[in-house]
Amino acid sequence: MPDLLLQLAIILFKIVTLTFIVVLPLVPISVYFERRFSAIIQDRVGPNRVGIPLSLLGFKKDFHFFGLIQPMADGIKLFLKEDFTPQYVRKAFYWLAPALTVVPALITVCVVPFGSPITIFGHTEKLVIADIDVGPLFVFAIASLSVYGITLAGWSSNSKFPFIGGVRSTAQMISYEICLGLSIIPVLLYFGELNLGKIVEHQAQHGWLLLPLWQNGQIGLPDMQTALFWIPAVIAFLIFTISIFAETNRMPFDLPECETELVGGYHTEYSSMKFALFFMGEYAAMVIGSAMVVTLFLGGWSAGFGLDPLIAKLGIGGFQIGGLIHLGIFLTKLVGFILFFILVRWTVPRFRYDQLMKLGWVIFFEAALINVFLAALILAAPDLTAVILGTGAVLLIAVTAAVIWVAKTSEAPVKPLRA
Amino acid sequence: MAVVKIQRPKLGFGEKIYFAALIKGFILTMTHAVKSLLGKSMGAKSLESSGLGVTMQFPEQRWDAQMPDYYRGAPALVTDEQGRERCVSCQLCEFICPPKAIKIVPGEIPSDDPWAKVEKRPKEFDIDMIRCIYCGMCEEVCPEQAIFLRKDYLITGLKRADMVHDKKKLYEIGGVRTGLVNKWNELK
Ligand code: SF4
Ligand code: SF4
Repeated sequence: MPDLLLQLAIILFKIVTLTFIVVLPLVPISVYFERRFSAIIQDRVGPNRVGIPLSLLGFKKDFHFFGLIQPMADGIKLFLKEDFTPQYVRKAFYWLAPALTVVPALITVCVVPFGSPITIFGHTEKLVIADIDVGPLFVFAIASLSVYGITLAGWSSNSKFPFIGGVRSTAQMISYEICLGLSIIPVLLYFGELNLGKIVEHQAQHGWLLLPLWQNGQIGLPDMQTALFWIPAVIAFLIFTISIFAETNRMPFDLPECETELVGGYHTEYSSMKFALFFMGEYAAMVIGSAMVVTLFLGGWSAGFGLDPLIAKLGIGGFQIGGLIHLGIFLTKLVGFILFFILVRWTVPRFRYDQLMKLGWVIFFEAALINVFLAALILAAPDLTAVILGTGAVLLIAVTAAVIWVAKTSEAPVKPLRA
Repeated sequence: MAVVKIQRPKLGFGEKIYFAALIKGFILTMTHAVKSLLGKSMGAKSLESSGLGVTMQFPEQRWDAQMPDYYRGAPALVTDEQGRERCVSCQLCEFICPPKAIKIVPGEIPSDDPWAKVEKRPKEFDIDMIRCIYCGMCEEVCPEQAIFLRKDYLITGLKRADMVHDKKKLYEIGGVRTGLVNKWNELK
């Protein structure tokens, strides 16, 4: 019995620390980065004032902290604002919607491996809340729930613009979820594994998926098969990353809330903390999206270059704290990728809605599909005879050509009957 | 009117695939980011930037030196070289003021006063700075050149009452102005 209690206590501790102390603060931090980074890109300064007002207590200078407290001030502001509910909204759904966008994003945290196992008092503990064998599937299943929040918000607000935003969001989700799922099939084929923790361990040993430059702790060029697999891996990475952008409603795909057309999109009628929840959900989704990309393609918590076994061994006495260093590496990569998200937002203009749909259905869907076969061919190559391999390659090329032809003709403008 | 048919530009494969443009965009934004971090953004010098982008950081750094002569700040009453007020309480500014920010209570100058010929002087002269839109009409209309828009722009207060400039405050902001004096001139 005490064993069970200990287990429960450990799980609870992990949930609290990893979700609320590691991931949740990343949300305000990414908001801060968003504002500072965009400001710097646009030759501005950004929020750099909010800090600890020591001068109120009689000190000479305020402590600015580079404005890092700004998100907190924003949070307090949103808490104190009037929570206005318009009269003709569908109350139950109107209240449910903000929670439905945040909760899925936070639930998906539980399968992300944050670091290598740490050992305390001879007790080894994995730095992941739920070490389940269907990691990516779980993430997709739960993360796509958040679209219900957006759709419900759009519908229950009983207002035109949010409604259009909600509808757009649904359509966008349907078109990009497919590419998202298809694009990681090559990755899963390669690892032969659906457990995110093991995927990262594999990458730590054999090189990251996008940087396979070491083998079992030795730096060197990859073998033929791994090198060839790099091509589908990069294609998968591109499609996956872009689909994640669409999935998290970020620029260039933020059509559900595009301010220029839809006022505020699905959250137009929301105020105060309900709006803040949408805001948080969006950024939490971004954090989780980055975590997925980092875990699947960029080696998760591994430092790479054969350093990982060394780091894992680090420890003070009975404590092996290598896992914490790995946690730090993971967070660094995560923040780096979030910065990339932000850079994209302030660089790429928004797509038109039909362009977005076309990109999803006509280009990415086909590309991901062909990519699956390409990856399968490369992975199966050592076991196949030359004849079958050749036939496979020819077939693949034929199918690719056919798909490109279909996509081209379907896109050709209709000729008017009479000019 | 002739109908002009505009052909959409034919895009090549490279342009359609959009990738080169993306990379170009990234390079552009990153150059801006690096330059603004180094304080070398375009125009940072002439705008006296704080070293981050082109922005001047306000309470510490101010525009005051660069302010042009025609800057329209707070309206204020001025005195002439001999410390006499110029306003004759004609109330033209009160009537012209578009948002009705000015309130004047005119007072008669008694006939035994050496300045009896001026006839009127303002007893009270309030400008509500919450209402004022800094249009400069009052300055333009004043026949005595008694009211001018100065370069003060930091008009703040904690209460509405703080934002009403009374006569004393207006003279304090306005200061002395030399030059043409009409009615308050003993020669005229
Ligand atoms: S500047 Fe314009 S608004 Fe202000 S007091 Fe003068 S006339 Fe009125
Ligand atoms: S400030 Fe000028 S326009 Fe206004 S009452 Fe005085 S003299 Fe007349």
